[in-house]
Amino acid sequence: MSAAHDHGADHGHGHGDHPHVTRSGYLIGFGLSAILTAIPFWLVMTGTLGSAAATGYTIMAFAVVQVIVHAIFFLHLNPKAENGWTFMALIFTIVVVVITLIGSLWVMYHMNINMMPGTADSASGM
Amino acid sequence: MANAPTMTDAQGNPIFLDMHEHDHEAGGSTMLGFWIYLMSDCLIFAMLFAAYALFGTSYAGGPKPSELFELPLVAVNTSMLLLSSITYGFAMIAMQEKKKSAVLIWLAITGLFGAAFVGIEISEFANLIREGATPQRSAFLSSFFTLVSTHGLHVSFGIVWLITLMVQVGRFGLTAANQRRLMCLSLFWHFLDVIWIGVFTFVYLMGVLR
Repeated sequence: MSAAHDHGADHGHGHGDHPHVTRSGYLIGFGLSAILTAIPFWLVMTGTLGSAAATGYTIMAFAVVQVIVHAIFFLHLNPKAENGWTFMALIFTIVVVVITLIGSLWVMYHMNINMMPGTADSASGM
Repeated sequence: MANAPTMTDAQGNPIFLDMHEHDHEAGGSTMLGFWIYLMSDCLIFAMLFAAYALFGTSYAGGPKPSELFELPLVAVNTSMLLLSSITYGFAMIAMQEKKKSAVLIWLAITGLFGAAFVGIEISEFANLIREGATPQRSAFLSSFFTLVSTHGLHVSFGIVWLITLMVQVGRFGLTAANQRRLMCLSLFWHFLDVIWIGVFTFVYLMGVLR
């Protein structure tokens, strides 16, 4: 029994869970998403940036920004919702996803390199 | 709790503790549970994205993405999903304002945009298969069809769920349970739009760049 039990302020269980949504919030999210979608399509379809690598990195950056826009304006992500558990679950998932993606690419890249000469080419380039 | 009356704050005023058990209202933890489901779904898509990243260049002498993908069609499809996201948002606002008929109308529009998305995707798949770009043709096409059709299946089931909720709201109104269900579907629907950002960037746009 300590002051930690005095939870008048952080007693958000079941009450503050319904995020208050606004029309302007959705419209801002929609506008930003439309712009962040149109620019990558335009870049790829016109080839304005010249090199494929530069275009690739640019559109990946646009995708990351758009995911964040969706998380804020559409998913109403809030670090305080459900006493922070949704946010914790999200952080955990992001960590697992990053390990999965980078780990798979890293391991398989080296396995391709260490294949017998010729077979790596026939697997990817033929 | 013998020590409860002895607790005082900085000014020496006694602190009164809320001793009775709170009733956890039905569905109080549903939103958190549903969010954890979405996170597990996110892992499924991460695996499929990883598979596509590994096999996306294994054409086995078959067609390449730049020969197959039609970006204008993908752009139309992307806008269908984005429009369905905002119309679902308007349904949530109508729910907040307790306007039952407006909720039903916006849900119906959302469902139509979702159906348009699925329809365009199916016709795209049908074109690919007609051109001989079947899932069996190469590792690239296997991983492409697995990833994109898993997303499409999610959207299709989302539409089934949406129609179910329209019937529920139509018959029983915007009850607390129905509002909770609509909020779960809202998370699901917007989550699928987030996954689609990854699909159109990573699969279609990057594919055409190669």
